Amino acid sequence: MTLMSGAQMLVRTLEDLGVDHLFGYPGGAVLDIYDALLDSKKIHHVLGRHEQGVAHEADGYARATGRVGVCLVTSGPGATNTVTAIATAYMDSIPLVVITGQVGTPLIGSDAFQEVDTVGITRPIVKHSYLCQSPLDIPKYLRQAFYLAASGRPGPVVVDVPKDCVGPSRRFEYPEDQQVVMRSYNPNLLGHRGQIKRAAKLLSEAKHPVLMVGGGAVISKAADKVRKLAHDFNLPVTSTLMGLGVFPGTDRQFLGMLGMHGTYEANEAMDKADLVLALGVRFDDRVTNSVQKFCPAAKIVHVDIDPASISKTVNADLPIVGDVDTVLGQLLETIEEQGIVCDKDALEGWWKQIEQWRHLDCLRYKSDPQLIQPQDVIRSLYKATSGRAIIATDVGQHQMFVAQHYQFDEPRHLLTSGGLGTMGYGFPAAIGAKVGCPDETVCLVTGDGSFQMNIQELSCCLEFNIPVKIFLLDNHTLGMVRQWQRMFYRGRISSTSLNSNPDFVALAKAYGHEGFRVEKPGELDGAIRKALAMKDKLVIVDVVCNTDAMVLPMQQMRGSMGDMFLNED
Amino acid sequence: MRRVISILIENEAGSLSRVVGLFSQRGYNIESLTVAPTDDATLSRCTILTDGDKMEVEQITKQLHKLVCVYRVSALDEEAEGGLERELVLLKIATPNRNVRDEIKSLADIFAARIVDVNPEIYTLQFAGSSTEADNFVSTVCKSAEVMEVVRSGVLGIARGSHSMHN
Repeated sequence: MTLMSGAQMLVRTLEDLGVDHLFGYPGGAVLDIYDALLDSKKIHHVLGRHEQGVAHEADGYARATGRVGVCLVTSGPGATNTVTAIATAYMDSIPLVVITGQVGTPLIGSDAFQEVDTVGITRPIVKHSYLCQSPLDIPKYLRQAFYLAASGRPGPVVVDVPKDCVGPSRRFEYPEDQQVVMRSYNPNLLGHRGQIKRAAKLLSEAKHPVLMVGGGAVISKAADKVRKLAHDFNLPVTSTLMGLGVFPGTDRQFLGMLGMHGTYEANEAMDKADLVLALGVRFDDRVTNSVQKFCPAAKIVHVDIDPASISKTVNADLPIVGDVDTVLGQLLETIEEQGIVCDKDALEGWWKQIEQWRHLDCLRYKSDPQLIQPQDVIRSLYKATSGRAIIATDVGQHQMFVAQHYQFDEPRHLLTSGGLGTMGYGFPAAIGAKVGCPDETVCLVTGDGSFQMNIQELSCCLEFNIPVKIFLLDNHTLGMVRQWQRMFYRGRISSTSLNSNPDFVALAKAYGHEGFRVEKPGELDGAIRKALAMKDKLVIVDVVCNTDAMVLPMQQMRGSMGDMFLNED
Repeated sequence: MRRVISILIENEAGSLSRVVGLFSQRGYNIESLTVAPTDDATLSRCTILTDGDKMEVEQITKQLHKLVCVYRVSALDEEAEGGLERELVLLKIATPNRNVRDEIKSLADIFAARIVDVNPEIYTLQFAGSSTEADNFVSTVCKSAEVMEVVRSGVLGIARGSHSMHN
């Protein structure tokens, strides 16, 4: 039996947990861990260029693969730089394990060099956190961290590792086959049978039902059962931003995304529904508009694994605590056992009504022969990738254009910061996704504002040959903020113009990548195909597009679901 | 509405800060807070007096339960005869003359308080009872003597009848 240092146990535990990629950035407090990493043949380390990027990369890896994303950073500023990324993962329930270095235990509390209270700073934005007190805590806490991050409602877990716990002088026997035992944590997967029977009954009685899916349906891998239920009952389906792809975007029964920039038909259907079957959603304010006016006629059946999400903002008439996929399995079984069918006549009428709303074609926009519209880019990218690419976005107008115009047919293909709305998320997320899914086409759709918030990761892509395709909707402005200034601040444009952008094409080349600029609508399709064809290259396509484009439709503030500003032409 | 929430938490570093942090983070109110280890040394019991309507208290208990370090949560409701509440009060009173000392002694008898420390010119009283009784006791003593210091433990709570958080 060879004895191992804390650092060696840390690396060994990660290997035993099946970690193949570790995103990280070294520093003083994690020198011993980096030394031990050199001896690992199973873990590939991806060196980011900023700890925020590193942690977003692990997040993108987790979202695209469904596995736990892991990152390693040093103490102090290394840890604080991950805070935005941890909060991003927390808001979107992403399984992330963040290993942070810490000063040695005798120094903790002494304001030592590169010391911060990492556990304290991250406390409100983690599912749980650990501060190791001895080397033997490392394997135990890491196993618990992985279990916590991935089970129940997933989320980020921080493991803070003081330097003296990983040093070479203290050696221990590695604890093999350690079981995770946590009496205070028992997520409930199975739905309550009585509640499920009631849900089946409501479904059979509904005249105007809507199925609403969210990120929880992605996490629980419920796409097959969502599709079966929707098709068996001919239900209209809408999705939150986080749920896109669970139900195919190209399916006739899909109404599009709901909420602030959702489609008119999805929001009207919610407004007039008599039953909303909500699966793995949390009724965020960007979805509900005014809670008081939300779905006035509907009984709400709310399925979620987190009891605290139920009746938090919108009161659930029928709450079901459980894993979406498990509960749907139970529901489908009950439906079959009891021979429950939908009200076919009522649904036929309901669909006629929905088709009228749909006829409005709320996502239409006016093309311009001289000026590229941002929507053109998404539609062209959709065609060129046959709708199959993994798309990461940043935050702003381009994010909403992707949600509206790229029809996702599979889950885990849209990587976007839904809850926190983190500019700078998209590029590192795309990197993580490409590392986790090297055979997939991974594209970043970003804006000239967002891209510059983590642009340094271009260097990481060159070093590790990570050929993501970057479509930069370059409108020389912070488009979404500008849109609000135009709509709600009497057109007073305050600090949203970006007139000193770098030459992104030259920048791509400076970092050793490819890049080209597109300015004419006629050149767009060709440029996108050209970029996608350069398989082994990171390419920046700098698409100069309309500064004044607006994301429409848009819900009117404090209104009901159906109160929307529509495209006027 | 005033509510007493009892929480069993893992007796480990950081547990209490997670509980307290949750209250400030989500804008819930803490009127009083007590915490101490239980007979099971791996668990601490925390009693929080808060206020909020039914939905708020339900959300508070759900959010508390979601904390990984929280083992059990229970909202006591004394108005429905669901729980017993007690507070401990220590009062330091100036007793410059015999009249005041006699008065304090008789008030202590009436309220079943104990005089736990005696100096020539200072008495310290100990009182245990419900929050309302504690309020009455303090305000009554205030009328009869100069109160130098008041310390209240905050509310402790336990369910009536057979219900136990440890089962």
